[in-house]
Amino acid sequence: MLIIENLCAEVDGKPILKGLSLTVNAGEVHAIMGPNGAGKSTLSYVLAGRAGYEVTGGSVRFRGEDLLDKAPHERAAAGLFLGLQYPVEIPGVSNLLFLRTALNAQRTARGEAELSGSEFMKIAKAAAERLGLPYDMMKRAVNQGFSGGEKKRNEMVQMHVLQPWLAVLDETDSGLDIDALRVVSDGINAMRSPDHATLLITHYQRLLDYVVPDHIHVLMDGRIVHSGGADLAHRLEAEGYAALAA
Amino acid sequence: MIALPTRKQEAWRYSDLAAVARHWPVAVEPIVVPAGNSHADIIITDAASPAIRHLAISVGAGSTCRYTIIDGGRDYGRIALDVTLHDGADFQLGCVLIGSAAQTIELVTTVRHVGPGATSRQIVRAVAGGSATTSYLGQVAVAREGQKTDASQSFKAILLNRGATANAKPELEIFADDVKCAHGAAIGELDRNALFYLTSRGIAPAQARALLTRAFLSDALDGLDEATTEALDAAISARLEAAA
Repeated sequence: MLIIENLCAEVDGKPILKGLSLTVNAGEVHAIMGPNGAGKSTLSYVLAGRAGYEVTGGSVRFRGEDLLDKAPHERAAAGLFLGLQYPVEIPGVSNLLFLRTALNAQRTARGEAELSGSEFMKIAKAAAERLGLPYDMMKRAVNQGFSGGEKKRNEMVQMHVLQPWLAVLDETDSGLDIDALRVVSDGINAMRSPDHATLLITHYQRLLDYVVPDHIHVLMDGRIVHSGGADLAHRLEAEGYAALAA
Repeated sequence: MIALPTRKQEAWRYSDLAAVARHWPVAVEPIVVPAGNSHADIIITDAASPAIRHLAISVGAGSTCRYTIIDGGRDYGRIALDVTLHDGADFQLGCVLIGSAAQTIELVTTVRHVGPGATSRQIVRAVAGGSATTSYLGQVAVAREGQKTDASQSFKAILLNRGATANAKPELEIFADDVKCAHGAAIGELDRNALFYLTSRGIAPAQARALLTRAFLSDALDGLDEATTEALDAAISARLEAAA
């Protein structure tokens, strides 16, 4: 699904990723943990293709294709989804218009027929219901006036509507209370299938109690320094990152 | 005949004076809304529209007057509104200015509150691409008799290109002491974070920019019914495409 080899990237001329390698297979859930400034968010932005995150070395292959060659919207159409740590507010654009435009743009790019209004509505309604986002909020401007938890739920609704092959979720658990965390976790778990994969980027082990990953990687100073199974989260929680690096 | 304006005149300082000279003189169009009436009009310009229009609008006591303007699609365009509001009259303006290539599009308003308790609300949104210039010069004048005036003007512009220009000149002249006059002006670019967000969901950059630009303009169309908004949308989209 995703093969990252020796990836180097910099922001404003400052090297952040320094030879990161990672392979995620279909059907797997991977978690990347690491201290502040390790490069976790940079990795997610580099994968999504955000301007200002410059790749200086290495390669990323996604479902057999060169990912770094593609523009952000092409990566989305290829089946990559980035759940943002801080979802953006877009005044004047309703959630439904945003999502329908996005879904149909992706479908068109893949050579599929656009969905009609009613077909789309059915999908959007089901996704909102599943993630506990009142349908009224789907009619409101994207994320405007949403609480932190509602924004994250909205990201999950988008993920469910867009059905990406790989979801990269950047600190999706931050700012969530326990109830919201449970709903969001259920949303992530519902995407688990032999064909889909998820890359969770998180600070805390808390999320990983609900979404149990197949593999956990520790990212420090731009590299994966340690990999292990689901139990690694608890060891990190008890001993900290520094002990592991030593 | 009124003399050709010059750059020294405040209301003409951002004009395309060569174009003005070609269309001078301009006849003032008087519009009278009698007391207790309501009047609404929509102006959509294109290449065939008169380059300069000057409307002198008198809104009688207790009357309401609403103008919706979509100005774009022409090399030089200037709409001047001289509005006089009598006791308790209400004036609403929603205006979209769209400039592309080397176009100059101007809106010049003077709203005079000559009686007590009149209200006015102006929302102007401008988009400039290419090397276009969009300008809003808005004056609110409250006479000594204009107590309890409630006036507001809001101007926001987005520049789609480094070579584009937006000018804002809000001006208040108040001779009454019990009034509310609000004004605001902001000029910027499309939000990069929002652009990235849209593209990260699969929307191509050109479509993402169009979506955000259209959303930016929506304040100016607030309160119009759905059918009217839809009709205006077609005109706006065509003009935005030229500016993108």
